[in-house]
Amino acid sequence: MLDARKISFGFRSQTPLFSQLSLQLERGEWLGLSGDSGMGKSTLGKLLAGLLQPQQGEICIDSKPLPSQGLRPVQWLPQSPELAVNPRWRVKKLLCEAWHPSESLMQDFGIQPDWLSRLPSALSGGELQRVCVLRALAPGVRYLIADEISTMLDPITQLELWRAVRKVADQHHLGVLVISHDTALLERLCTQRLHLAQGTLAMVTTLETP
Amino acid sequence: MLHIENLTLQLPYYRRWFQREWITCLDNLSLSIQPGEIHAVIGASGAGKSLLASAIMGLLPEGARISGQLFFKKAPLTTERQRQLRGRQLALIPQSLNALDPLVSSQRQVSWAARRAGQSKTVAWHSAEHALNHYQLDQHAHRAYPHQLSGGMARRVLAAMARIGNASLIIADEPSVGLDPQQRDRVLASIKALALEGKAVMLITHDLRHALPISDHVTILRQGQCIETTYASAFRGHGEQLKSAYARALWNALPDNAFESDAIAIENDNESVNKNDSKRTAHTNVTVLPKETIKETRIA
Repeated sequence: MLDARKISFGFRSQTPLFSQLSLQLERGEWLGLSGDSGMGKSTLGKLLAGLLQPQQGEICIDSKPLPSQGLRPVQWLPQSPELAVNPRWRVKKLLCEAWHPSESLMQDFGIQPDWLSRLPSALSGGELQRVCVLRALAPGVRYLIADEISTMLDPITQLELWRAVRKVADQHHLGVLVISHDTALLERLCTQRLHLAQGTLAMVTTLETP
Repeated sequence: MLHIENLTLQLPYYRRWFQREWITCLDNLSLSIQPGEIHAVIGASGAGKSLLASAIMGLLPEGARISGQLFFKKAPLTTERQRQLRGRQLALIPQSLNALDPLVSSQRQVSWAARRAGQSKTVAWHSAEHALNHYQLDQHAHRAYPHQLSGGMARRVLAAMARIGNASLIIADEPSVGLDPQQRDRVLASIKALALEGKAVMLITHDLRHALPISDHVTILRQGQCIETTYASAFRGHGEQLKSAYARALWNALPDNAFESDAIAIENDNESVNKNDSKRTAHTNVTVLPKETIKETRIA
């Protein structure tokens, strides 16, 4: 279980984004996180992934603190894949940065063999996003933080992306936190949705299993 | 107002140094927009939406090959006429916020647009102020430079620039991308207001769901081809009123609807799109179909 215990964080110490915030994400669970802009959804995602350190409180996986070295068991997927890749690396190098995905997994994500020799600029946003998601699914990874990963995609590409993520998450029993403005999407994907407002989390609805 | 007939647009692409091929970015596209209506052009990335806007405005990259007819107010839209009308009768709200000059305050930029539309210097300055007020931008925002504005505010400055010349055709290229829901609704409402003033608006976007409530007609583009033009009201239920499988799949893939796409239907549609093409170009960022791949080997 990914467990954030009473964490506080603020970019300026006078105005904390949130204080004493707790959140649990089980393995195999799909949790939605919605909220207005500027409320700290992405910041919370980065805290959970260990990319930022909380000023108070702690974040644990199965009662052990997040490892500070090596592969992160919680992977953060950013909104724009163009900014998350080195533009001078070819797709093969990008994909194999942490691990070597199998051919069949690449097929699941619809990654064509001829993309591997291309530069990121020669792929469309949806294609590159799939490369980035697959890159993050190394064997040691147990949780995914998907931060608005399908916002800039058209409906069909969005659907294909989520279908691929769902398949892998089911196979590896991953816990997924989906951050999005799009409540309709969250209701489709997640079993529960949290709403972040004014530094507090509210459980909005307990949705039926999708 | 605007009438496009059989527009085909090809861009050169160099496979090797002197080996030129043509990529068909828009293929036999026809559509027309009436005053007072919003015509949404929907498509995935690489469908050629922004190139369509450039073709109407006459802002295509050099070397583009274009065929077909463009009519604006019943007269052919030639390159010369495009240059005259651009910024006066034809206005573009560009996709990129980089279109704003980073070294100039917003009121001054808007007044430039007014000057271009033929207003005198003082009139332009006042009408710029008026236009910015119209979009609920306060005194502070009037004096602000683009980097001090939020994304939604910068979009509204661009919208003010497009509106100030009293253009009769406004092309909005992805106006809502990257905005949070409140900002997006505000920007889309300002576009709807333009249509209510009697202007013809072309709304280019990939965001089908939020374009539908404000649009009158919808054209679905796919890989440069017009898949379907229909009333926005046809998008309802399970999409029974939609003729093409792709449009139906697009509609059903929305999370509010079935959140499912009939893969087989899309494949079939895909085949009908591809049936004339022997191969697809793989190397371009824009996913495009070389309908007639013409090889031209030239010696320098």
